[in-house]
Amino acid sequence: MKYFKYLVLGTLFGIILTKSEVISWFRIQEMFRFQAFHMYGVIGSAILVGMISIQLIKRNRLKSMDGEPIVLTDKKFNHGIWIGGFIFGLGWALTGACPGPLFAQLGSGVGSAAVLILAALAGTWTYSALREKLPY
Amino acid sequence: MLELLQQPWPWYVAGPLIGLTVPALLLVGNKALGISSSLRHVCAACVPAGIPFLTYNWRAEIWNLVFVLGIALGGFIGYRLLGHPDVIGISAATVRDLKAELHLTDFTGLLPRELFALDNLANWKGWVFLVLGGFLVGFGTRYAGGCTSGHAISGLSNLQWVSGVAVIGFFAGGLLMTWVIYPLLF
Repeated sequence: MKYFKYLVLGTLFGIILTKSEVISWFRIQEMFRFQAFHMYGVIGSAILVGMISIQLIKRNRLKSMDGEPIVLTDKKFNHGIWIGGFIFGLGWALTGACPGPLFAQLGSGVGSAAVLILAALAGTWTYSALREKLPY
Repeated sequence: MLELLQQPWPWYVAGPLIGLTVPALLLVGNKALGISSSLRHVCAACVPAGIPFLTYNWRAEIWNLVFVLGIALGGFIGYRLLGHPDVIGISAATVRDLKAELHLTDFTGLLPRELFALDNLANWKGWVFLVLGGFLVGFGTRYAGGCTSGHAISGLSNLQWVSGVAVIGFFAGGLLMTWVIYPLLF
């Protein structure tokens, strides 16, 4: 039951991803070809609203529902950030999907999303196995 | 109202709502938005194989798997229950280019059937678009420590320059694929 709130938030998130069409391969191609503002508008306004929210949370030292102080950890740089980012970018343009949209596609009934998720799991597993040998 | 919900939502409605997911997760459970981690948790739960990176208490991260389950449910509600247009309203320039360069003819659905139909697993297209593409998404996001949600939205919202580097990487890879490798493939 303690997880129900995450199910609700995830469902709302999935509906927004779907209704804004960002789970469509066509929209991602349109973005990489710079032929519409749609994706840039979605990502840009999401970051802006997120940024303002985080500032408000930090300035007012807000606590979470459980009464814990909200802590945001700083991300540390390593070379995997851009190497891995670049590899994901290649996959993003091929599949037209980030991990979130993959699950929304699956729910919308796209059969190929199941294959894409299995392939993404294989990628994550392979990374985990090779991790010590990769450059950072 | 229902009619409004049924139509595709413009960026200025959807974008801010996606942005609000960041404070919602923080306020509800002190959780940072990030979805690619769910792939790691599934690997850790199902095939840990003694790999150190997959040997951790994934049960502490079940919230992330529940969130992802919600996303799938949201996909069903957003697409099947609320309804959807048969053809995504992308720009005429993109339609023209995809017809000319990728020889696409069918623009119905979320993904072009000519590239993503499961029958394609019998030829090179299925292996490149479905298998290799998915593999690169899973491998790259974990190597980079996050995807569009973890780095672009969550990370940049928290003014993390490291996430800026990741996003530049995302776009560099995406542009190379779209502008250089696609013309070689077709």
